[in-house]
Amino acid sequence: MCTTCGCDDHSPLRIDGGSLHPHGQGQAHAAGQRERRSIPVEADLLARNDAHARANRERFDSARVRALNLVSSPGSGKTALLVATLERLSGEIPLAVIEGDQETQRDADRIRATGVAAVQINTGKGCHLDAHGVGHACDHLDLREDGLLFIENVGNLVCPAAFDLGAHHRVLVLSVTEGDDKPFKYPDMFRTADALVINKLDLLPHVDFDLAACEAQALRLNPDMVIFRLSARTGEGLEAWMDWLCAGRPQAQQADDRDEDELETLRRRVAELEARLQRAGLMSS
Amino acid sequence: MHEVSLAREILRILQEQARMQGFGRVHRVHLELGPLSCVDPEALIFAFEAVTADTLARGARLELHRPPARGTCRHCGHGYTMDSLVTPCPRCGGPGRILSGLEMRVRDLEVSGGHAGTSREG
Repeated sequence: MCTTCGCDDHSPLRIDGGSLHPHGQGQAHAAGQRERRSIPVEADLLARNDAHARANRERFDSARVRALNLVSSPGSGKTALLVATLERLSGEIPLAVIEGDQETQRDADRIRATGVAAVQINTGKGCHLDAHGVGHACDHLDLREDGLLFIENVGNLVCPAAFDLGAHHRVLVLSVTEGDDKPFKYPDMFRTADALVINKLDLLPHVDFDLAACEAQALRLNPDMVIFRLSARTGEGLEAWMDWLCAGRPQAQQADDRDEDELETLRRRVAELEARLQRAGLMSS
Repeated sequence: MHEVSLAREILRILQEQARMQGFGRVHRVHLELGPLSCVDPEALIFAFEAVTADTLARGARLELHRPPARGTCRHCGHGYTMDSLVTPCPRCGGPGRILSGLEMRVRDLEVSGGHAGTSREG
């Protein structure tokens, strides 16, 4: 078949008594090129992001830095939680922050006001951070040994779920003003987070938010999830959160140990849940 | 709309494959999209059409293949099909552990043309 017009050599036309195609072209040279063919690819859409995420994680591990990816809807109080956290940890351990927003430097400015180094990523129209951008943001930071790196993702309870940034933990911040049914409404984010912070606890008396129902939904999606109830504004409940942040540093465990630890946590959590279910069953009957 | 990011990634894979496997035009993309993946299929098709508009894949069809998601019960170990991230075990009502259903993978392509640039359609 000819690559120019698609005709084949069976055409009845002849030019100068011969083929339509000079020098034997239009036969072998073009054969197969216009024909449709199937080719295998087997390429994962997240493979490139995941490779960047692995590189970030190796960088954090070699610097003995524990990295946390903070995700939530806009307005849950991620930055307020960060400011409250940094104020309490500043001077005790090395801290650094990467801020993600579509526009403005406001959050990085709020962080820098606490004396902690911050880099702002503006995603423009982008609705989530990715591992590649986070890697470059790290180039602008001094990641010091045994420190903590907070990565505040773009406020969005949907899109950031798919993108591993290379952080060791994904922390989901949910405020009591948002509604207690968010876990089942946004299951991808709850499934992939390993810690849940229920924020704005000081507003609980003023809203219809069922803490137990919310936590049960979250644990249904992710039985391993660690849950904190706190108010970044009043400081209530911050201690448990700070203890969790400061425990487990540095992340020097081998993968096998980590798997075993996760399994153990899972077993404990399943046992707890079963006990809770049993208690709930007894209470309702 | 993280589907736009994913559609751009599909295009990047197509362009890379065109260089590696020497084709100039993509007519069909077979994508395996697990039913539990965090992707809205219609949004992904819309985004794919938009990002491929002036490229080697303009007008190409994005065909989605959706194999059933499999899970295993965290309590009794029973294996079953999961329709959602929270489908309970049909035997004991326990929560499921996802075994498959999160895939987002370009499986194969229907292409034509020689090395990019030799075909008019490239």
